[in-house]
Amino acid sequence: MAKPAHINKQESPANLEKYYRQMLEIRAFETRCNQIYRSGKAGGYLHVYIGMEALAVGWINSIKVGYDYVITAYRDHAQPLLMGSDPVKLFAEIMGRKDGYSQGKGGSMHIYDLERNFFGGWGIVGGHTPLGAGLAFAAKYRKEDRVTICYLGDGASNAGVFFETLNMAALWNLPVIFIIENNEFAMGTRLEYHAADTELYKRGLPFGIKSERVDGMDVLQAKEDAQRIVDWVRTNQKPYIVEIMSYRFAGHGAADNDRQLYRTREEEIENEKRDPIARLEKFMKSNNIMTEEKMEAIREEIEDWADAKLEEADKSPFPDVQDVYDHVYTDMEPEKGH
Amino acid sequence: MQEMTYRDALRQCIIEEMDADPEVFVMGEDIGRYQGTFRVTQGLFEKYGGDRIIDTPIVEPGFTGIAIGAAMTGLRPIVEMMTMSFSILALDQIINHAAKIHYMTGGQASVPLVVRGPGGAANQLSAQHSHSIEGWYAHVPGLKVVAPATAEDAYGMLRTAIRDNNPVIFTENPGLYSIKGEVNIGEGVSVLFGKARIAREGTDITLVAYSRMVHVSLAAAEKLAEEGISCEVVDVRSLLPLDTETIFNSVRKTHRAAVVYEDWKSGGFGSEIASRINENCFDDLDAPVGRVGGLNVPMPYTRNLELECIPNDSDVIDAIRKLI
Repeated sequence: MAKPAHINKQESPANLEKYYRQMLEIRAFETRCNQIYRSGKAGGYLHVYIGMEALAVGWINSIKVGYDYVITAYRDHAQPLLMGSDPVKLFAEIMGRKDGYSQGKGGSMHIYDLERNFFGGWGIVGGHTPLGAGLAFAAKYRKEDRVTICYLGDGASNAGVFFETLNMAALWNLPVIFIIENNEFAMGTRLEYHAADTELYKRGLPFGIKSERVDGMDVLQAKEDAQRIVDWVRTNQKPYIVEIMSYRFAGHGAADNDRQLYRTREEEIENEKRDPIARLEKFMKSNNIMTEEKMEAIREEIEDWADAKLEEADKSPFPDVQDVYDHVYTDMEPEKGH
Repeated sequence: MQEMTYRDALRQCIIEEMDADPEVFVMGEDIGRYQGTFRVTQGLFEKYGGDRIIDTPIVEPGFTGIAIGAAMTGLRPIVEMMTMSFSILALDQIINHAAKIHYMTGGQASVPLVVRGPGGAANQLSAQHSHSIEGWYAHVPGLKVVAPATAEDAYGMLRTAIRDNNPVIFTENPGLYSIKGEVNIGEGVSVLFGKARIAREGTDITLVAYSRMVHVSLAAAEKLAEEGISCEVVDVRSLLPLDTETIFNSVRKTHRAAVVYEDWKSGGFGSEIASRINENCFDDLDAPVGRVGGLNVPMPYTRNLELECIPNDSDVIDAIRKLI
């Protein structure tokens, strides 16, 4: 079972405010992603992180951004946002614009910012897990002490290639942390219907990989776990599995309007009580760290920030049609025409 | 110039590239301690050790994915498939990931990866070890696909593949490993992709082939020459990019063409070449473009049936007679 959540009171008020702002930024960003999807400015598939903000904030604050490697699947907006990627370029990519990180070639599911060592952004469930091990392999090959964080969902934890990857990660002592973001659903299939063993952290046990299950709805807990585990992996140069218990407040994707086919509204309301943002607000208020007025001011400031970034991104044009041929190869163009 | 086998030419190139660049490494099944199933990597484990000659578990998707992740950081992995048939397991990693990464990242990431190994029938390896699937890969934008027919090209094209910043599928017909040829070796020697080779000049018909079928076509041409039929043999060498100019120029000279390939005839890469000749050289053709391909059956085990599946010089000669 998840370890009992607790609040680490050692964090400074400045750090608490930082985490608060970061979680609000993710939520404000993702709320607008849903809006632009509904308004038709974003198409395809789009998966938001609402409810899961603590998983990104706790962990990205525990690595050396720009040095360590981060890779995730298609729910991929929060990590680059925290790593310092330009929110205008992120919004632009999600809207398929020329100024997006992939100039409109990737979209919501394929966000990459290699300048910051954020490696995406992948649409095949579980398919990116060996890539994550490959990043760690590269660090080890070059005798660098970089740590790789590879996020995957509870659904991906069933993939055969993930088990292959765990075996090699353990066999070759690769410094990679697999974070299983257990938000209880593989798309619309609840955990107990998709996993024979629902304690997903045990996926690493046959390979001797250290693993644990932790609470992911408390940012301070997430930060504490993350720092401890990142430091351990950097020092010991071995893989690690963390199953983080969470819950996505939104549907699987922005088009998923029928989420009550697989869960009840009552269940959603019950889980929304675990909201990591509300939880931190409650903690800061009850410990006289921040007043309601200050929080309200920060919330407004971040809402304005998100509006401004989206407005700027919306000015970006769509790519030229001829750009369709760019970036198929590094050194040649594909054949042109139909 | 040095006479060596196709196998030794590949190994020679790997050694020179590993010596030149510490970021080049080889991974695959039984390539190290076991010395490689077809002995291409023989002696490399002793020379470079297990950190650069990496024996993997028998899990193609997993280790290919690890190589792709490593390549995204700039390392230059050479992944050996024990046979290209097994690369079918890794199609997701190769097609969904490696081939699309440069595009999906808008040019931020590239994948300097070589996937190499034997493709095609050997001696009685039967249905699951004998695939010629280079045409499947040549269907995928973002990959480069090559199939050298000679020891000299094996050496020169592998160098180009290793230094290429794109994922390259490098297919080696197992029937070629022991053929010998003069190879010009050395740092500056390479064979660029996208340039076909005229393996034999002729005037009456163009035979377009790659890999082992170049030798089959040359044997057919040799026999037909005795009857006064002059065949030009174009060795495609590189399927993607494809040098259509050399093929078309040859067809415009001979006015007849047949494509020879070991892959299943239906939907194989030879069909693609035939279509292109039809689209571009219709007015120059005095006969329809012929195709000589592998039989559309799974590869059987027993030798006489296996030989029946793979085009030989008689099959090529029969096809040519119908066209002239």
